Amino acid sequence: MKVQLKIQRFDPATQDKPVWGNYVAEVEDNGRVLDALHYVKWYLDGTLALRRSCGHGVCGSDAMVINGVNRLACKVLCKTLDQPVTVEPIRGLKVEKDLIVDMEPFFAGYRAVQPWLVPDDTDPGGRERLQSPEERARYDDTTKCILCAACTTSCPIFWGDDTYVGPAAIVNAHRFIFDSRDAGDRERLEILSAREGAFRCRTTFNCTEACPRGIKVTEAIQEVKRTILYRKV
Amino acid sequence: MATVQDVYERHFPSGISPSSWEVWSWFFMRISGLLLVFLVLGHLAIMHVFGGGVERVNFDFVAARWHGIFWRSYDWLLLALALLHGSSGTRTVIHDYVHRDGWRVLAKATLYVATFVFLSVGTLVIVTFDPATLAH
Ligand code: SF4
Ligand code: FES
Repeated sequence: MKVQLKIQRFDPATQDKPVWGNYVAEVEDNGRVLDALHYVKWYLDGTLALRRSCGHGVCGSDAMVINGVNRLACKVLCKTLDQPVTVEPIRGLKVEKDLIVDMEPFFAGYRAVQPWLVPDDTDPGGRERLQSPEERARYDDTTKCILCAACTTSCPIFWGDDTYVGPAAIVNAHRFIFDSRDAGDRERLEILSAREGAFRCRTTFNCTEACPRGIKVTEAIQEVKRTILYRKV
Repeated sequence: MATVQDVYERHFPSGISPSSWEVWSWFFMRISGLLLVFLVLGHLAIMHVFGGGVERVNFDFVAARWHGIFWRSYDWLLLALALLHGSSGTRTVIHDYVHRDGWRVLAKATLYVATFVFLSVGTLVIVTFDPATLAH
């Protein structure tokens, strides 16, 4: 099938402001937006810059604004979209070229919550740290995050202030805070109760709608807020 | 490549340790918001809807209303909560959009001074209002 594309093109080195590029791509009937973008890059205009890796919704590198909403280009079928399909870079981060943005503020927020297991002092005796299925289920939802930034770049608070740690960072903090094997919760909750932490969230729910993994992002943030509140108040 | 320590320091500039302040102010917004729903609806109903509306509000009306402690307390609570709720929200908006340190401090200083002045003047009026010394 033919797909009409309207892609936001911008090269900060040579242009003052972004322009729209119009293309017609040829994809299979079940083609994804990523296939259409590949068609443009491979056959029509090799200067188009985009990021993708796995092509199967696992690596999280191709989040972009497709017809106005944050999606993974590799997970959206062209036939489900109104044409022309508009494609823009995710919002709130500096555009480096076309659909590629500088992800550093996003990952800075991620690193700030210390997203690794902080073990307690007990010595598991050279074996793995055990956990019951119930304990594992407690944080199952937030283990699914692929760090695509669709949530954080759909958040109006993040658009206004990129030092806000953002929903993805809180999701990943949640993944450890509610892990029974982890002992770093005090410090993480302390970090998230600072000015740029979880209480910047105003429950807009954009993040939950944007998440390609179906994670209940707002719910995770609220659980973190509630935990902080119960410990401090 | 920024290290974890760099990032941590970016979020907590040296010397400022994370406190419970954000948590308490967030909690205050919820509680005050809840109280304000009832206080404001009550205020609207009494002053603007029932019993003749705002046209009947004059000096005698206020004198009669503030005769006892109850309505003075009600009005003071409404004043204090609305002011603090509003300035707390404005503080958040300043955090959202004013990123330069100097401007942010200036904006917040202005906000805090204005809140303090309004709260003081309002409190002064409510506490010291005495119909006997003011009437005619
Ligand atoms: S929570 Fe969802 S939208 Fe946000 S980074 Fe993770 S996978 Fe992407
Ligand atoms: S290319 Fe890996 S998630 Fe889309």
